[in-house]
Amino acid sequence: MTRQPLLRAENLVRDFRTGPRTIFRAVKGVSFDVARRETLGIVGESGSGKSTTARMAAKLIEPTEGLLEFDGVDVTYKAGKALRDFRGGVQVVFQDPYSSLNPRHTVEQVISAPLLYQGRKVLGGRRRVVKESMERVGLNPDHSGRYPAQFSGGQAQRIGIARALVVEPQLVICDEAVSALDVSVQAQVLDLLRDLQRDLNLSYIFIAHDLAVVRQIAHKVAVMKSGEIVEQGSREAIFDAPRHEYTQSLLAAVPQVDPSWEAARQAG
Amino acid sequence: MAVPSSAQLEEVDGQAPGGGSKPPGASALKTILRKPSVIFSLAFLLIVTGMAVFAPWVTQLSGWGPLQFDESAVDSSTGGLPLGPWGGISADHWFGVEPQNGRDIFARIVYGARVSMLIAICATALTMLIGVTLGMLAGFAGGWVDAVISRLMDFLMAFPALIFMIAVLSAVPQGNRPLLLVLVLSLFSWPQTARVVRGQAMSITNREFVEAARASGAGRMTLVFKEVLPNLSGTVIVMATLAVPTFIATEAGLSFLGVGVIPPTPSWGQMIAQAVPWYASHPLFFAVPGIFLFLTVFSFTILGDNLQKVWASGGRS
Repeated sequence: MTRQPLLRAENLVRDFRTGPRTIFRAVKGVSFDVARRETLGIVGESGSGKSTTARMAAKLIEPTEGLLEFDGVDVTYKAGKALRDFRGGVQVVFQDPYSSLNPRHTVEQVISAPLLYQGRKVLGGRRRVVKESMERVGLNPDHSGRYPAQFSGGQAQRIGIARALVVEPQLVICDEAVSALDVSVQAQVLDLLRDLQRDLNLSYIFIAHDLAVVRQIAHKVAVMKSGEIVEQGSREAIFDAPRHEYTQSLLAAVPQVDPSWEAARQAG
Repeated sequence: MAVPSSAQLEEVDGQAPGGGSKPPGASALKTILRKPSVIFSLAFLLIVTGMAVFAPWVTQLSGWGPLQFDESAVDSSTGGLPLGPWGGISADHWFGVEPQNGRDIFARIVYGARVSMLIAICATALTMLIGVTLGMLAGFAGGWVDAVISRLMDFLMAFPALIFMIAVLSAVPQGNRPLLLVLVLSLFSWPQTARVVRGQAMSITNREFVEAARASGAGRMTLVFKEVLPNLSGTVIVMATLAVPTFIATEAGLSFLGVGVIPPTPSWGQMIAQAVPWYASHPLFFAVPGIFLFLTVFSFTILGDNLQKVWASGGRS
C-alpha cells in the first residue's frame, strides 16, 4: 500500500487585486500534505496568509497558481460534479460560531443543509441523522428546533462541527475554529475534535494563531509568515527544536512561567 | 489533559447567556400588539379591508348601491344640495348623499376602498417582487450585473415620476385602468425597495454562513434563496407595509387629477376631486373620503414604523 497523502498542495499561490494596477500576493507558493488520520496545524500571525491557504484548500477560492490533489485526484480547477464530490470529502469549520450559522435556520436546518445541498439520500431520514450527529458532538438532540442564537458559543461551535461531519468527510478544515471561544470551552472543543478524529478516522487542517492550541492537537505543524511557509515538520521538531528564527521568536513570545518565579513562590 | 469531553461544563441550563431571543417574528408581533396605537390602526385597517372585500354584502345591508341615484334625497331648488342637515345623513344614507344625483356616499366609500386597496396591494406585491429580485441579484452577483441594475435604479429614481405617470395615463386608451395604474406605480417604486435589498444582500453575502453554505456544497441559486432570502424577510415585510399607504395616496392623487380610476367606478381620490366645488355648501362630501384616506394611510404608516422599530432592535443576528 502506497502512503499517498489525503490532500496534497503544491506551490499554491493566491493574488488579490487591490487596485487598478496593484496586486497583492497573499500566498506565495506554499506546499504541504496531509496524511489520513493526521492533523496538520498551520500557525502564523494575522495577515500571514494562513486563512487564504485554508480557503484554497477548501476550494472556497481558487488558487492563482499551483496544484491541489485530493485522494490522488487533481481538483485544482474542478467544478460541477467533481466539486460536489470534493465537498463530500472535505468540510470546513469556521471561526465565528454565530456568524457561520444562518440565524434564520433552526439547528436541524443548519446541520442537514449539506445533505440537502449535496442532494444526498440518507437512510432513516434527515431528522434521524441530525439527532445522531447532535448526540455525537455532545448536544442535546431535543434542541434541534432551536435557533443558533439560543446556544452558547461552545455549543454553537459544536453545531458547526456537526454540520461538517454530517456528510462523513475525510478531511475537516478548521479555520481558527476555537479562537473565538473561552479557554475552558476551547479545551472541550479540542477534546471533542480529537475524539472524533479517533472514532471517524478524520484528517484535519487546523489553522490557528495560538501556538498552545496547535500544540494540543497537531501532529505536524507548518509555520507561515508573509504568505510563505517558513518551517514545517513534526510537532516535536517545531516546538522542541525550532530552526527558523521566526518560529523561535513565536515560541519565545508565548507567556511562560519563569522557573525562578515558581521557586520564589514556593520559598515565600 | 483531564477535561470532561461532554458538553456538561458549558451547558448552563441549555440556554446561552442573554441568548433567549428567538429570531424576530412571532415575538416581534407580540411586542407591538400591546401598543394602543397599533391596535387602533390594525382595527381600522381590518374594518376597511373587510368593507372592501365584502362590499356587495355591506351595501346590501345599507340599502344603496354605489351607482344608484336617489333624487328624493336632493333638493333641486337649491341646485341639488342634499336634503336635511349634515349632507343628508339619515338611516337610509349613513354618510349622506352626493349633491345633484343623490348617490350614497357610504356605498361609494365602500366600493372606493375596494379599488384603492386592490390597486395598492397589487402594486406593492409587484414592487416587492421586482425590487427584491433585482436588488438581491445586484447585491449578490456584483460586477457588471450590479452596475447595470444600479444605473437603471438611478435613472428611474431621478426621473420625474409624477409627470411621467400623468402623461402616460392620460395618453393611453381607456383600457383596464387599475391594471395600468399598478404597472405604472410599480415601475417607479421598485428601485427604492431594490436599493435597500441590494445593500442588505451585500452585507449578508459577506457573512460567514454564506461561505459555510458554499463549503457545504450549495449552488448559487440555493445560496440566494435558502440562505440570503430568509434574512431579508423582516426588511421586506416592513417595506411592504410602508409601501401600501404611499400607493393608496398616489392612486388617490392620480384619480384626483383625473388620470386614475375612471368614473363612474368610485375611488377615494376621485370622490375628493368631485367634492372640491362643493366644499363650502356640502363639506361632508369632501370630508368623508378625506378622513378615510387619511386614516388608512396613517394606520399603515404606524404599523410599518412599529414593525421597523421591532426589527431594528429585536433579534440578535
